[in-house]
Amino acid sequence: MDFLIFQEPILIVQALMDGVLLGILFALIAYGMALQWGVMNIINIAQGELVIMGGYVAYFMYMNGIHPAFGVIVSPIVMYFVGIGIYKLVINKVVDKDLFTSILATFGISILMMQGMNFAFGADVVVAQSDFGTTMLFNNMVTLPNSKLFASAISIIAAIILVMYMKRSKLGRAIRATAQNARAAKILGVDTEKVYASTFGINAALCGVAGALIAITFTLHPYVGLPYTVRSFMIVIVAGLGNLPGVAMSGMGLGVFEEFADYLLGTEFRIASVFLLLVLILVYRRFKLAKKREYLK
Amino acid sequence: MLANINKRDLGIYLGVLIFAFIAPNIFSDYKIQLTFWLILIILAMTWNIQGGEMGYNTFGNIMFFGVGMYLCSGIQIGLFFDLAHWTVSGGEKTFVHTPDQYFPGLWIGLIAAGVVPAIIAFLIGYGVLGLRGHYFAICTLGIGIASGEVAGGIELIGAGQGMTAPPWPKGIGDTEYRNLFFYYVVLGLFIFTFVFVKWLYSTRFRLVLNAIRDNEDKAEAMGIETMRYKITGWVISAFFCGLAGGLVGNIVGYIEPVEVAFDGREMGVFMVLMTILGGKGTMWGPIIGASLFHIFKESFWSFFLGWQYIALGVLIILIVIYLPEGIMGYLREKKPEWFGEVIDEDDRKAQVTLD
Repeated sequence: MDFLIFQEPILIVQALMDGVLLGILFALIAYGMALQWGVMNIINIAQGELVIMGGYVAYFMYMNGIHPAFGVIVSPIVMYFVGIGIYKLVINKVVDKDLFTSILATFGISILMMQGMNFAFGADVVVAQSDFGTTMLFNNMVTLPNSKLFASAISIIAAIILVMYMKRSKLGRAIRATAQNARAAKILGVDTEKVYASTFGINAALCGVAGALIAITFTLHPYVGLPYTVRSFMIVIVAGLGNLPGVAMSGMGLGVFEEFADYLLGTEFRIASVFLLLVLILVYRRFKLAKKREYLK
Repeated sequence: MLANINKRDLGIYLGVLIFAFIAPNIFSDYKIQLTFWLILIILAMTWNIQGGEMGYNTFGNIMFFGVGMYLCSGIQIGLFFDLAHWTVSGGEKTFVHTPDQYFPGLWIGLIAAGVVPAIIAFLIGYGVLGLRGHYFAICTLGIGIASGEVAGGIELIGAGQGMTAPPWPKGIGDTEYRNLFFYYVVLGLFIFTFVFVKWLYSTRFRLVLNAIRDNEDKAEAMGIETMRYKITGWVISAFFCGLAGGLVGNIVGYIEPVEVAFDGREMGVFMVLMTILGGKGTMWGPIIGASLFHIFKESFWSFFLGWQYIALGVLIILIVIYLPEGIMGYLREKKPEWFGEVIDEDDRKAQVTLD
């Protein structure tokens, strides 16, 4: 292996920029996961599939001659109702069970959605062309597709809107109350069932935004959902629940890590490096807590 | 252990054993199905040691399965030929094992396929088994998928293309004979697994595992070295998974990293599902679950091809929601007297439900 990245230092800049822009997208997905994990105590393995499905909504528009960037608006609306539907059918029956039950149930949803998308859109790798062009930096040494800049901008806007919504609106207050103590919230008149449903819907809508952005910046394939789930899980356990700056920072860190792993180990080990990093982080945290005779809860 | 079995049970066991020996000759068209049925039972029973008795739900046992598969075939080939050359040329076109090479290679390969995963489980066990609950589940999910991705990047074993397992040597019978041979090998492994698990469940070891499942902190406070028992449980699980993997590689004949060896979407989730369907933490649950699941799988995989994952996803959701304790758990709730629990009839009549 010749490490191209050390011979051409400008590639470090390229990898850093790609990584940060990618990481912002990851952070958006992870924020959705942190939200539902915190509120409903559910780990959603189908998170990645929701993202990919949102991407296919944008791709579907692109196939029908509408510019895929509008998917950023349409996709969350569609995904919101998909999320509500999944909640009503499955999640509301596992919400108060232990976490392994929810992991397995959402694993089932994930397999179901994978195959459904495979039927609907075929097993080919697709991309929705946005025709935004590219920006060249540093004497044409660093290329930056404008679609990636667009994606990060939209992700940041979506995150800000959501944070404002959670702080200001009545539903946002109800969600935060339920996250703190579901029983007390119920006693005080919060319809927790509705809160859970809309939390899952909001999470799905966030995944929809992220998916539409992934459709125009990267590629879509029915079976690549799981890495997105694992990435967001990893970001959440590094940052902790309810720590927004932490989610953003660790998202970007993960993006940069992936880009460097791509250059150093080769693209074929990119996904493997993500999964191995998850294992390493978990084991590292476990040893660190074991010194205090504690374990990850 | 044999002393514990009464005459009636012994008769049943003997009957099943004799039936198992003649079954492939009666249903000669279904040898492969019977073989896979036994494989699924082995996987479910050994997953149950880990997930059911110990309460550490793992999605990562598929790693041991895949490692065993690659190791067994790799050793079978590597003992006599150049492995890199084999994977490049696609195998059977240039090399053919003679029977004298094939069988010793298979036995050595199978031993390695059992021992090496057990060693891997031992080495990573201390780190990974310190995690609990859902963190353990997600961590092992990561391990299972990462191993598939890593195997897909190694050129020596054929990278993403995969490699062929050694073909059946020429001159000692046709494919039917090969299938019969592998049926009996798998049957041997099944009998070994069954007897071993049955013995294991009659020892103190099972009680310790159950104590860990019910309350690990209290088990530790009682003076049990939980980590030692957890690692032992995982090593046992890994050993049998690896052996099953090595055999499946030879039966299927073609090893591909993501679709065959480290297939988290099929075998990896099958073993979890079968055990939960039958009932976690019971002796017979995994066997019942695996048998039912095998019928489900064979019918969907052959009659509704393309829809099998839809059906699988629906099945997972249905089992998790409506049958979380499995068939054995359901029966235990409805018919406790079948499980040796003494029920006082007056007591039962006097019970008032407080809903």
